[in-house]
Amino acid sequence: MSAGSQSITPGSVQSAHCRYLLRLGDTSLVLGQRLAEWVGHSPALEEDLGLANLSLDLIGQARLLLSYAGELEGQGRGEDALAFLRDAPAFLNLTLAEQPNGDFGRTIVRQCLLDAWQLEVYAALADSTDARLASIAAKAIKETRYHWRFSSGWLVRLGDGTEESHRRVQEPLNELWRFTTELFAADEVEEEVAAAGIAPRLTELQPRWSARIDEVLQEATLVRPAAIPYQWHGKRGVHTEHLGHMLAEMQHLQRTYPGAQW
Amino acid sequence: MVAGRQASATRVPGHESARVSDRERRVWTLLSSVPDPEIPVLSVVDLGIVRHVRWSGGEDRPSVLHVGITPTYSGCPATEVIRHSIETALDQEGYIDAIVEDVLSPPWSSDWLTEEGRRKLQSFGIAPPEKAVSSPRHLFCAPAVTCPRCASRATERVSEFGSTPCKAHYRCTSCLEPFDYFKCL
Repeated sequence: MSAGSQSITPGSVQSAHCRYLLRLGDTSLVLGQRLAEWVGHSPALEEDLGLANLSLDLIGQARLLLSYAGELEGQGRGEDALAFLRDAPAFLNLTLAEQPNGDFGRTIVRQCLLDAWQLEVYAALADSTDARLASIAAKAIKETRYHWRFSSGWLVRLGDGTEESHRRVQEPLNELWRFTTELFAADEVEEEVAAAGIAPRLTELQPRWSARIDEVLQEATLVRPAAIPYQWHGKRGVHTEHLGHMLAEMQHLQRTYPGAQW
Repeated sequence: MVAGRQASATRVPGHESARVSDRERRVWTLLSSVPDPEIPVLSVVDLGIVRHVRWSGGEDRPSVLHVGITPTYSGCPATEVIRHSIETALDQEGYIDAIVEDVLSPPWSSDWLTEEGRRKLQSFGIAPPEKAVSSPRHLFCAPAVTCPRCASRATERVSEFGSTPCKAHYRCTSCLEPFDYFKCL
């Protein structure tokens, strides 16, 4: 399968349903790959195990979502073709998910913001009119509760820890906050799947996410940054420069030896 | 793969329908001898991941055996090994056309672990899941887990995550032994 010829381009003919699944699946995949970069490098063995387990769950969720998206697309692309043979503009993940790990504090901040988002999204999707998506979400939410317990627990420890640990989560919080607008800014894809009862209305999820984040920030003695009136468009295929570098590593083997298996 | 079969009594999981034909019962018994690759003391039936055994087809078509399995965790790498083990076991017993299919709903729960499975875990040195799941909200509120070696309740969590997706890492403060805890999900 040649990579370039079948890449998805923004605005192509894929249905909103398919594009929505790609957004969910790509967000899980990209975040899972980022967490996998920690393996062997975490501050302690327990955290290495923790981040690897989160990564594994996320990649598992991505497989279910991307397989389904591939079937809806109907071009014969399975989970592997979608994961390994698309270029960055064809990835529809949230921009926040692709942001580099930085140090452990920064990884925890990114994880908290996205875990809280997935908690709301999967809880709502468990009631989707799309039975297959509902079953994927019902499975995923049980895992996501564990992820949130891990990430929010660490955010509180670090934020309410030493002056140094506090600074090292407050700073990435300030820096990553600008990517959170995209989490709840619905475009025509999300409007269409919401109208069909496939997915929730993002504006309805936002207050619950916000309350959950406020609660944990307060416990962590962290200050919620001010909203920034600028929106990123990772879910429309417009990414920061970081995604391409990440994909270069993730896709290297399949690009070099197409179809390789073990 | 099916070597231990003679030892397993005919037993059908409680969550399955009470009406089980003899030929279905034979398949359940066969599957009771297929070990989980990560925790080989447990069979795939003990784990509660075999969801159904049934035949499709009618009078004019040959009937086909369907075995439904569900993953414990979405990304558990053992799932594919389990599928392969089940297919091999079925092949060896002559069910060469059997279809092993994925079932995602309802999602797997640690409550589906059979009583026998819980006993096997305990004797293997892994604490079985406690019934009460602690609040997902609080960091320092881990479930009270009983040490599988000395039965002390004085245990502490070392890590929320362990060597496989389904386990957490604990330590007994009475006998000082570290041990795995099979998580609630």
